[in-house]
Amino acid sequence: MIDKYERNVIIVALLLSALFIFSLFYAMGARKADVTECLPYDKSYETARVNQIDKSTYQIFYVARMWSFEPAITYIPVGSEVDLFLTSQDVVHGFDIYNKNVNLMGVPGGVAKTTVRFDQPGVYKVVCHEFCGTGHQNMQAEIIVNYPKK
Amino acid sequence: MNVSRYLKNIILAELFVPVLLLTIGIYHGLMQVIYRAGVIHQASVAKLDYYQGLTLHGVINAIVLTTFFAVAFGHATIAFFLKQEPGRKASLLSLLLMVIGTLMAAAAMLSGKASVLYTFYPPLKAHPAFYIGTAMLIVGSWVAYWDWAVIYVRWKRGHREENTPLAVIGTLVNFTIWFVCTLAVAYEVLVLLVPWSLGWTAGVNVMLARTLFWFFGHALVYFWLLPAYIMFYTMLPKLAGGKLYSGTAGRIAFFLFLLFSIPIGVHHQFGEPSIGRGVKLTQSLLTFAVAIPSFITAFTIAASLEHAAWLRGGRGLYSWIWKLPFFRKDVFLFGYLINGLILFIFGGLTGLVNASYSLNNTVHNTSFIPGHFHLTVAGPVFLAILGMSIFLVSQLTGKKIYLPAINTIIPYLWTVGVLIFSAGLMWGGLMGEPRRTNMGLTYLNPASEQYHPYWVISSMLGLAGGGIMFAAGFLYFIVFFGTFFRKRSAASMIDFPVSESLHEEKRIPLFDTFRPWLVVMGFIIFMAYLPAISDALNNTGKKAPPYLPTDPTPIVTKKP
Repeated sequence: MIDKYERNVIIVALLLSALFIFSLFYAMGARKADVTECLPYDKSYETARVNQIDKSTYQIFYVARMWSFEPAITYIPVGSEVDLFLTSQDVVHGFDIYNKNVNLMGVPGGVAKTTVRFDQPGVYKVVCHEFCGTGHQNMQAEIIVNYPKK
Repeated sequence: MNVSRYLKNIILAELFVPVLLLTIGIYHGLMQVIYRAGVIHQASVAKLDYYQGLTLHGVINAIVLTTFFAVAFGHATIAFFLKQEPGRKASLLSLLLMVIGTLMAAAAMLSGKASVLYTFYPPLKAHPAFYIGTAMLIVGSWVAYWDWAVIYVRWKRGHREENTPLAVIGTLVNFTIWFVCTLAVAYEVLVLLVPWSLGWTAGVNVMLARTLFWFFGHALVYFWLLPAYIMFYTMLPKLAGGKLYSGTAGRIAFFLFLLFSIPIGVHHQFGEPSIGRGVKLTQSLLTFAVAIPSFITAFTIAASLEHAAWLRGGRGLYSWIWKLPFFRKDVFLFGYLINGLILFIFGGLTGLVNASYSLNNTVHNTSFIPGHFHLTVAGPVFLAILGMSIFLVSQLTGKKIYLPAINTIIPYLWTVGVLIFSAGLMWGGLMGEPRRTNMGLTYLNPASEQYHPYWVISSMLGLAGGGIMFAAGFLYFIVFFGTFFRKRSAASMIDFPVSESLHEEKRIPLFDTFRPWLVVMGFIIFMAYLPAISDALNNTGKKAPPYLPTDPTPIVTKKP
């Protein structure tokens, strides 16, 4: 019913898809690359703050507003693991850390969470990448990773 | 075949109106790359704001042009392949709804009251005319679809043992996808956004609105794409001088699109809160399933083209390619379609990157995304629309093509432009360059403290490619309108080049009936979207009041 070559190409297409799917699970498992967690909303996320849990673990609670992030500048020691929480107080915003695999959406009524490690010192710029009004291109934050390791 | 004056005028109006608006859309495409490359450091040019231009560019090029064209091409295919013209009242009603809706939305956008980009973005509020106008455009296309469905059912009753023409299967599959997916956006617009925009309801559940939008948002791209697929299967092999390698493959591809086009929209929402990881992963995997019909198409069309080239005397493993009629003026459609296919190879592969669950983190909302979708939408979709609109206008009005040599060059020029433009955008995207941002004001303005030198070269490539695309678009307008306003020299007709099948094909009932596919389609959509909608409803804490893009305080509505 189906031509021989046609059948072969369908098999190749399926194998190729299987390879993609394998890579995807590999990235999730071995490289811990995962998308944002699904947290139920709570009003306490709307208070911007930085918590230190222990010597190298931090929590940053970001609140996005037209057209700024709070906290705008945070200082984190080199080698810390940081839990990032993000919510928005008005419209939808984006949150992308340059040179880090962090990419979140700030949606009013929702809380996005991800975890990231900062092993290199530097100024990590955060830009808003979702259109949030006429001042959108001004919206940014900085994470300054500078304290010595010990 | 000959067409009635009535149908001819309907189809011509459905081509003329969006192409006229496209001049605004393409102008704003050029302006985008100029702003973004930091050539100008301004918020607006000629009293048109950057984000307003972005809205016009997106809505006109991606919704108005594509919907009008899909309906016009659908009228032509149904009439040509089933030998019956669409109903007069239905096609007129459909045209009127689409034109009035478009004018309403265009007025709202041009007056600057709807700069919410084409994804609507609640809680940013647009003028109600924008939402109602877009809804009318969509409903207008539904009217045409219902009419064709009736024609098809009646035709099928008289031709039970006959295979339905592939183009008709493609058209009906396409509009079925469109009808089902637009139900969600119709609900979003009519139930959530319009009452909220008018101030009748105080807040909107943003996550629910976004989830409903993306239910429609990805199926939409297949709605754009399938008319091009219909041309690839039913016309391209004939234009190349050969036959279609396998018609059955085409049927399988179209029905797979029916199953997998819709339940994958959450792959646009990987970065969003309130939707569980399980739903995101499931829909990521389903997106790989919808790549399979494109793999099938790639093989079938490549095999058909190779066959055609061998008939023309081509030999060798690859050198047969040069025997294809790339620059022949009489089969100029071949140039448009083959360039679309070449762009789509890159478009499809980058699409798999975007849809990959964890890889998406790197590219989400960066300029990688417009880099990708210009390879698809501005690739096969747009080139098929350009080529076919010139073809149809020439045949329907009975006029010869104006500047035929230019006409054969346009798709190649366009393709070079898109490749440079998209390469620049995707490279920038991998370096974190954001999309939908007037970078000329900040990131690429050396006077700004936010100046970000990493993105200079990539956005310059975007400017170079965008400039070439604009030049090709300009030439297209000259050919299209030039043909339109020429003196007529022949009778009006529709005469598509129709590919025959290479092998004799028996009718396989499963691939010639809609019912079982529709049932499976409904089941998959239900399983994929029930948890997504339930997550959006249950994990979202509060509703949002409306905001204007210019003002950080909400619009306060009076309490009754």
